Amino acid sequence: MLELIRQPWHWAVAGVLIGLTVPTLLIIGNKSFGISSSLRHICAACFPADIPFFKYNWKKEIWNLFFVAGVLIGGFIANQFLSNPNTIVISESTIADLKALGITDFTNLMPADLFSVENIFTLKGLFFFVIGGFMVGFGTRYAGGCTSGHAIMGLSTLQLPSLIATISFMVGGFLMTQLLLPLIFKLF
Amino acid sequence: MQKSEALINEEFVCDAPNDQKKKEPLAGNFKYMLIGIIFGIVFTKAEIISWFRIQEMFRLQSFFMYGVIGTAVIVGMTSVFLIKKFNIKTISGEKIVFHDKVLNKGQIYGGLIFGLGWAMTGACPGPLFAQIGNGFIVVTITLASAIAGTWTYGYFKDKLPS
Repeated sequence: MLELIRQPWHWAVAGVLIGLTVPTLLIIGNKSFGISSSLRHICAACFPADIPFFKYNWKKEIWNLFFVAGVLIGGFIANQFLSNPNTIVISESTIADLKALGITDFTNLMPADLFSVENIFTLKGLFFFVIGGFMVGFGTRYAGGCTSGHAIMGLSTLQLPSLIATISFMVGGFLMTQLLLPLIFKLF
Repeated sequence: MQKSEALINEEFVCDAPNDQKKKEPLAGNFKYMLIGIIFGIVFTKAEIISWFRIQEMFRLQSFFMYGVIGTAVIVGMTSVFLIKKFNIKTISGEKIVFHDKVLNKGQIYGGLIFGLGWAMTGACPGPLFAQIGNGFIVVTITLASAIAGTWTYGYFKDKLPS
């Protein structure tokens, strides 16, 4: 059994479990699923700076912070006790494309070429941690949600704005991957 | 005071509101942490937190992420349909609340900006937390930067097209 759990899980298993989060949160506590809100609550709790957008009763939404703390712990548990003994299987064509960009490490969930401590104070770190992270935080809040709030919760409740947001997420991702990443990788 | 509070509440239509009327003790929040833990395990075991999976998705070289998101949406949609059809209540007996989202330019502009960042970091906000749990320490910088991005949005909110 443990052996089976240690293998990478099928997309359908993940999809069903993620989808079930929607009714679970609604039924146990009348909570709408959405993760990027946690970033706003952190701002409201730690640095509200008298900005109206952060002046609300974040304590009422504290469940969301417990949830994301759980996601972090879950990542730790999976990594420590349930990790896949084999290297990650990535599509051959993706490997070829990424090799052409200069990625050399394909053994872990994240390439060490980018996501390693040595890169913190380099141009790679500036792009992939600082600028990338900033766009994730700024963009999700501007859009009013992320993959969970819009693509999953919003589409589940048939919201047109969420469909538009989801399409925009994908367009942004395609633009970055197809057009901008090749230019960014030329800088290194 | 009353009015401004109402305004704040009116404005507070975030993507994940708490609509439970009954007050919960702080310790009651651990059940959401437990769901978060399961979520973090699923994210890791299905390798959704992998930068490579996101690259495969945006290069249309794997069906995996489309399968995950598509299945999750179908399961979510069916659940919401059943909750509405059978008027299923929460465990404390309250009516389940759904929110209509208001169409605005932010969903396009903000959505595009998030998409650009998603393809770089290989993570939407949920996986950021799971990546840190997996020991990718540098992602704490990405998370801090995402919090700074959210804060900056709050600061410039009224000056942005909406």
